[in-house]
Amino acid sequence: MTQDIHIQIIDRDGTPHNVQAPTDMALNLMEVVRLFELAPEGTIGICGGMAMCASCQCYVQSNHKLTEKLDDEHAMLSEAFNVKPTSRLGCQIQISPELEGLKIELAPED
Amino acid sequence: MINTDILIIGAGPTGLFTVFEAGLLKLKCHLIDALPQPGGQCSEIYPKKPIYDIPAYPEILAGDLTNKLLEQSKQFEPGFTLGERAQTIEKQLDGSFVVTTNKGTKHKAPIVAIAGGLGSFEPRKPAIDRLQSFEDKGVAYIIKDPEVYRDQKVVIAGGGDSALDWAIFLSEVASEVILIHRRNEFRGALDSVDKVQELKDKGLIKLITPAEVTAVFGDSKLEAIEVTKLGEPPLRIKTDNFIPLFGLSPKLGPIADWGLEIEKNAIKVNNALDYQTNIPGVFAIGDVNNYPGKLKLILCGFHEATLMCQAAYKIINPGKRYVLKYTTVSGIDGFDGTRKEAPKAVVKSID
Repeated sequence: MTQDIHIQIIDRDGTPHNVQAPTDMALNLMEVVRLFELAPEGTIGICGGMAMCASCQCYVQSNHKLTEKLDDEHAMLSEAFNVKPTSRLGCQIQISPELEGLKIELAPED
Repeated sequence: MINTDILIIGAGPTGLFTVFEAGLLKLKCHLIDALPQPGGQCSEIYPKKPIYDIPAYPEILAGDLTNKLLEQSKQFEPGFTLGERAQTIEKQLDGSFVVTTNKGTKHKAPIVAIAGGLGSFEPRKPAIDRLQSFEDKGVAYIIKDPEVYRDQKVVIAGGGDSALDWAIFLSEVASEVILIHRRNEFRGALDSVDKVQELKDKGLIKLITPAEVTAVFGDSKLEAIEVTKLGEPPLRIKTDNFIPLFGLSPKLGPIADWGLEIEKNAIKVNNALDYQTNIPGVFAIGDVNNYPGKLKLILCGFHEATLMCQAAYKIINPGKRYVLKYTTVSGIDGFDGTRKEAPKAVVKSID
């Protein structure tokens, strides 16, 4: 039996939400945001999770060691707006047990 | 005024398949799309990506799906208004609708089918002070007519395919092309990247990386931009044109003001029957609609389009009875005079 992990997601209005995300559904962070409806439909995950839009951009606030950015994500973030050094694309972060306690903030909508 | 039976807003897969289903019912379609080419997201965002859940196609590229759908509906001669966004809808006394685009093109139809996906694709605009006040006065986000830039100075910002491709193209048209990107790496087809390298070496394109345009200047029109390289003081560069190419993002846009019931950024429809909206005669199909259990899948859009066409038929032909015909049995009669039909069985005796 796999454990859910706890993630804090700060929405675009600045409200923090503590959610429990399953680790056995091959979810990524963008999908977790949609699962809990923390951003309006149509404003997140527009490309479906192909790192081809930046609608799921988020800022990682905790010190978790995340998987390295692949070329696609690097390139997309280089064209996105409101990018910070902590920026990641949620769709490229797979939910795994190591992410217990992760804290992220959603970047503003373009 | 363009007249048609079903006016389809959005030329993505759902809109394109509607043309076929409507054609079987002898209804003519016209499509409006804000993008300059049909296919919607499939052609704009991921034409080279595979899709695995189109029935009977174990794998098909999104761009190929678009081409197949165009081919399938070709004999029903759909009309297209491309590169224009549906702006307003007005109900007429005879019950039909007039839809006008942002460029003023008018379309009249008894049925409107909104197949708008996530909305119309609008250019993403960087947050630079006063940028919008120079729109059409030196600042553009989409290049419509490259001749406008002949013998002018052009600054392009962006690192994707369109930034690379236009830098290459304009290097032969404009008097000077400067390409500014936040990174040294560019994301695009390998040959475009190589070509820009070659043009840079020949001095035909000037590259400024990693850098960002941070300000724009001018009085009645754009006269200069300010570019900032990381860790360096900003630099002012004289130019006639600034073209930020940061991709497109979909917005529901003017449709949101048509008096339709909106729920979760989508148009609420009656899924028990025919995907009609709260406005009789206006339907919403594909990713743009919402109902309990909705799945935003292309294959669901096809189903919704098919049922919607039946309802459209009944509205256009009141009181007329309809019997479902199978294409294998009846064949397909195109509006262009072509006919497709199953070959007749050969009956021959054996001695």
